[in-house]
Amino acid sequence: MPIKLEIPTALRPFAGKQASVEFNASTVGEALRNLTTTYADLRKHLYTEDGRIRSFVNIYVNDEDIRYLEKENTPIKDGDTISIVPSIAGGHDVL
Amino acid sequence: MEKGILLLGDDLVHGIREYGAKDYPHETCGAILGVDGGAEREARVLFPLMNRREDSPRNRFSVDADDFRAAERAAAERGLELIGWYHSHPDHPAQPSEFDREHAWPWYSYVIVSVAAGQPREMTSWRLADDRSHFVAEPIAKADRAARTK
Repeated sequence: MPIKLEIPTALRPFAGKQASVEFNASTVGEALRNLTTTYADLRKHLYTEDGRIRSFVNIYVNDEDIRYLEKENTPIKDGDTISIVPSIAGGHDVL
Repeated sequence: MEKGILLLGDDLVHGIREYGAKDYPHETCGAILGVDGGAEREARVLFPLMNRREDSPRNRFSVDADDFRAAERAAAERGLELIGWYHSHPDHPAQPSEFDREHAWPWYSYVIVSVAAGQPREMTSWRLADDRSHFVAEPIAKADRAARTK
């Protein structure tokens, strides 16, 4: 059984309108690379120009935030679920 | 990115303005729950949220992952979708900033209300372009049906 990667609503238009996809991968980083290789338009919304996951993109493996695990090196196994959960941020520039 | 319009009932317009005034001089924020019909997107319910930017609430807002999930659950419980977000700009125009752009997600409607000296002023809505380079203004039209705030 491959791993399942859940796509948030805001990114589904860039992933063939799918709510989830399945990949074979051994780490979170590998799964995300598979995702953005298959759906290249997703990359700019998930990563900064220097290749880091954007600060407002939260990645969970089976409901555990990867920041508290091994980040992109977090190992995953068949049957695991990776969720991409947005944070929302903004605000005006001080004049 | 599909061009469209955002339908907002008077109750929701009033609600966003009231939240902006109540939280002034801090930025208010919350989720917008409704129905996405492609060309037309109808807002039905406001889901106010706590601004998690305690360090700089006068010019920044933040909704964390837990609050995001709560907004999603609220939408699902009502048979709606999470279609966008509102926030205020205290003493600043209702125009998205560079910071807004850098942190925006595609697809969502971003409603901004300007609050000057505690009084709500103009309200605008925006969607992020697919290449993230800019926001596209989204016209706000009056919804026919009455809408309710949370």
